[in-house]
Amino acid sequence: MPEKDNNIMDKIAESNKSVVTGIDEKDIEHWITISILGSEYKVPAGLTIMQAMEFAGYRFVRSCGCRAGFCGACTTVYRIVGDYRLKTAMACQTRVEQGMYLTQIPFTPAERANYDIDKLSPGIEPFLIHYPEILRCLGCNSCTKACPQDIDVMEYIAAGKRGDVALMAELSFDCIQCGLCAMRCPAELAQYNYAQLARRLHGKYETPLPNHLKNRVKEIEQGKYNEELDKLVQTSTEELKKVYTARDIEKA
Amino acid sequence: MAELKFIGGYPEYMRKFIDIVNKTRAKRKDYTPIAMTMEQRDEVLKVHPDYAPGGKRSISIGLNKGDMAPNEVADLIEAYPLIQGNEVDLTKPDLSVDLLIIGGGLAGTAAAVWANDKGVDKDQILLVNKLRHGDANSIMAEGGTQAADRENDSPARHFLDAIGGGHFTNKPDVLRALVEDAPLIMKWLCDLGAILDREEDGSFVEKAGGGTSRRRMHACKDYTGLEELRVIRDEFRNREIPYLEYYPVIELLTDGNRVTGAVLYNLETGDYKIIQAKATILATGGFGRLHVRGFPTTNHYGATCDGVVLAYRAGAKLRDTDTVQYHPTGAAYPQQIIGLLLTEKLRGMGAQPVNKNGEAFVFPLEPRDVEAASFIRECYVKENGIVTPTGMRGVWLDTPMIELKNGEGTIEKSFPGMFRMFNRFDLDIRKDPVLVFPTLHYQNGGVESDPWGKTNVDSLWVAGEVSGGIHGKNRLMGNSTLDCLVFGRRTGISTAEYLKSDVKHGKLMLEHMKNYVTMLKQAGIDTTRKAPILLPDYRGKAVLARMIDVF
Ligand SMILES: Cc1cc2nc3c(=O)[nH]c(=O)nc-3n(C[C@H](O)[C@H](O)[C@H](O)COP(=O)(O)OP(=O)(O)OC[C@H]3O[C@@H](n4cnc5c(N)ncnc54)[C@H](O)[C@@H]3O)c2cc1C
Ligand code: SF4
Ligand code: SF4
Ligand code: FES
Repeated sequence: MPEKDNNIMDKIAESNKSVVTGIDEKDIEHWITISILGSEYKVPAGLTIMQAMEFAGYRFVRSCGCRAGFCGACTTVYRIVGDYRLKTAMACQTRVEQGMYLTQIPFTPAERANYDIDKLSPGIEPFLIHYPEILRCLGCNSCTKACPQDIDVMEYIAAGKRGDVALMAELSFDCIQCGLCAMRCPAELAQYNYAQLARRLHGKYETPLPNHLKNRVKEIEQGKYNEELDKLVQTSTEELKKVYTARDIEKA
Repeated sequence: MAELKFIGGYPEYMRKFIDIVNKTRAKRKDYTPIAMTMEQRDEVLKVHPDYAPGGKRSISIGLNKGDMAPNEVADLIEAYPLIQGNEVDLTKPDLSVDLLIIGGGLAGTAAAVWANDKGVDKDQILLVNKLRHGDANSIMAEGGTQAADRENDSPARHFLDAIGGGHFTNKPDVLRALVEDAPLIMKWLCDLGAILDREEDGSFVEKAGGGTSRRRMHACKDYTGLEELRVIRDEFRNREIPYLEYYPVIELLTDGNRVTGAVLYNLETGDYKIIQAKATILATGGFGRLHVRGFPTTNHYGATCDGVVLAYRAGAKLRDTDTVQYHPTGAAYPQQIIGLLLTEKLRGMGAQPVNKNGEAFVFPLEPRDVEAASFIRECYVKENGIVTPTGMRGVWLDTPMIELKNGEGTIEKSFPGMFRMFNRFDLDIRKDPVLVFPTLHYQNGGVESDPWGKTNVDSLWVAGEVSGGIHGKNRLMGNSTLDCLVFGRRTGISTAEYLKSDVKHGKLMLEHMKNYVTMLKQAGIDTTRKAPILLPDYRGKAVLARMIDVF
């Protein structure tokens, strides 16, 4: 069939070069200028902040984790020349723009309480014990404006002040704990730590274990599946193949 | 050249192809290509990177001599250590603990909590991380975690699905542990307060995945790993278990027989630390950042195969090193997110792979290797792919079909992470399809262990993606977060048991490393390569060419 298969692999590797081995100037047509920590660099247009910094010569140790918007390591703040507003971003998920000048915040100093989840119950109490400062929220909305996940942070703090952990859990669910809200808060809160507490309270106390799970756990503890599994482990590959192919498949 | 004109995030010429997809959607709604026969599968697999000629060689030294591995992996196995040995002072450890855990993804973090539960004093545990605690593949898991807990399902069925998916190469005793413990793990997660998707009546929402014969995929929207990890890490922190960040292990220490500690390297200051430990759990995750065969990857920045390299030098046995998992649906456009994952669940809920002519060309839920190969064939053999401005080829994944089939609003509700990621680059996956191409996703093989995670080397356990055997030569979606939690738990329990037996600290030596170097030399491996590599390097070519070392 195909043209030589390893030829295909070569072509694939060639087309992926820029994200695998670093960018080659020769391949770039459009350039912009950005400033990293006050120094100007010419970088290819269309990269993420993270890729642009690498192109400029930075090899990350800090401020780089998942590279995909999940871990909150690459917290960045910037302005665009000529615009008074201070903007926030995840460097791995934001395109560079002409005139961007930026710095990163690789670590957020924020207070977090140690608690025993088994000894708490949902409501306002856990916050009064561990994070009484939550009541200091001024309702300024700076946190919400700063959140790169578009979470309504102020609203979940308001829910927390009322002891509504269900709502707080729901509103804060997509939080990647990047710390930007805490860095912007005039009331000096560490919102994302409170939200973590709320989610655990909600998950543990307000969403009970489903019966189907309880039953299955009991069956396993009683050894109901031992014999069947013992047998499967001993079964020959030939036989396994037969049983596998013959198994019925539930409709999705 | 003139600036490309963009419409809705796509250059004009790609827009034309999108129109074809949008126009043919209604016609495709009730049509699904039939699944391939075994013969058809074999045929298409010829263009899969694991099967296409080249790309691999046999390992030339050590216990697995003769086994095949990707060149990129063999390169690291056949590489010299970062240290010689004489520059580190092994006479006085900086810290002595009972239990050293290397790598704080789901596996390592769960292991710490379980060891502490089973009686290991928190101050006798140390968890070390190369990056921050949680900068890991674990935090990125989107699709879900398998557990057979519905009435029409059973651990035995889960076993069958996994072993069939693994082409019957899985190690049966460890696979049994995986399926048998799965429901216990779901209970553990709930008890800790993890929020799993629920139906109205409180039962779990459970979906099908590629290769599962029952719906058993548990998810937390498309942030499954994030939710699981942040809950377990929060519990870890509540217990005040000591941990270090930016301190990768660069070599294990042994007394000649068993593992007795490790050499840590401070990534920021450049100095080292010697840790002495009675038991060690290796949970360093996978190797996506090796970019096997030049593929982009879904993996985090620190996925560089360190654990396999370290364990192999200490005498651990590997298995299934010859296969790599490529996920069929990595992002191929825009440039900023090339390689990042588009969860399999999208296809599970109706998104169809479509070529440039608007044809649904493959059954959407073939096993991952078959699905991936069919995309490659469509792009490079049949020339039915779309070429991006950066020269990548890809096929469409028709995401708007999800809303056509499940109703408006489904995407924002079920895939908030995906929706957000594309939205940041001005693409709307509710309205337009997304361009995809296979991406390097998972290290199938790794360090072999028994059902409690114990390796052939005394005092060394493994858990998570660094281990091999559970999934054989191919892993099913949802079985690896599960694997991390099951074997995190099991290694935590098993090391706690071991430590009760009054184990003494052993001597701290690097003889195994020196012997390894001798083996390398004897095998004629003449190279400047060093391993573990710790981090990839993506600096621009122009800068690298002008770099000088002055300090
Ligand atoms: C994008 C993506 C989506 C996924 N989706 C799913 C899914 O839906 N379902 C599923 O079951 N699986 C999924 N997987 C796979 C699964 O998430 C991983 O296989 C699993 O979480 C690996 O966990 P781990 O604890 O073994 O390793 P990791 O989570 O990678 O953690 C390993 C840690 O060890 C650290 N480390 C590495 N080397 C060293 C060293 N030398 N010294 C110290 N520390 C070190 C790393 O930095 C990292 O923090 C997905 C993977 C990815 C990348
Ligand atoms: S809520 Fe705060 S910590 Fe969480 S993602 Fe938003 S800004 Fe970051
Ligand atoms: S920034 Fe602080 S004070 Fe302002 S709304 Fe948010 S939590 Fe309240
Ligand atoms: S590196 Fe993880 S969010 Fe950017």
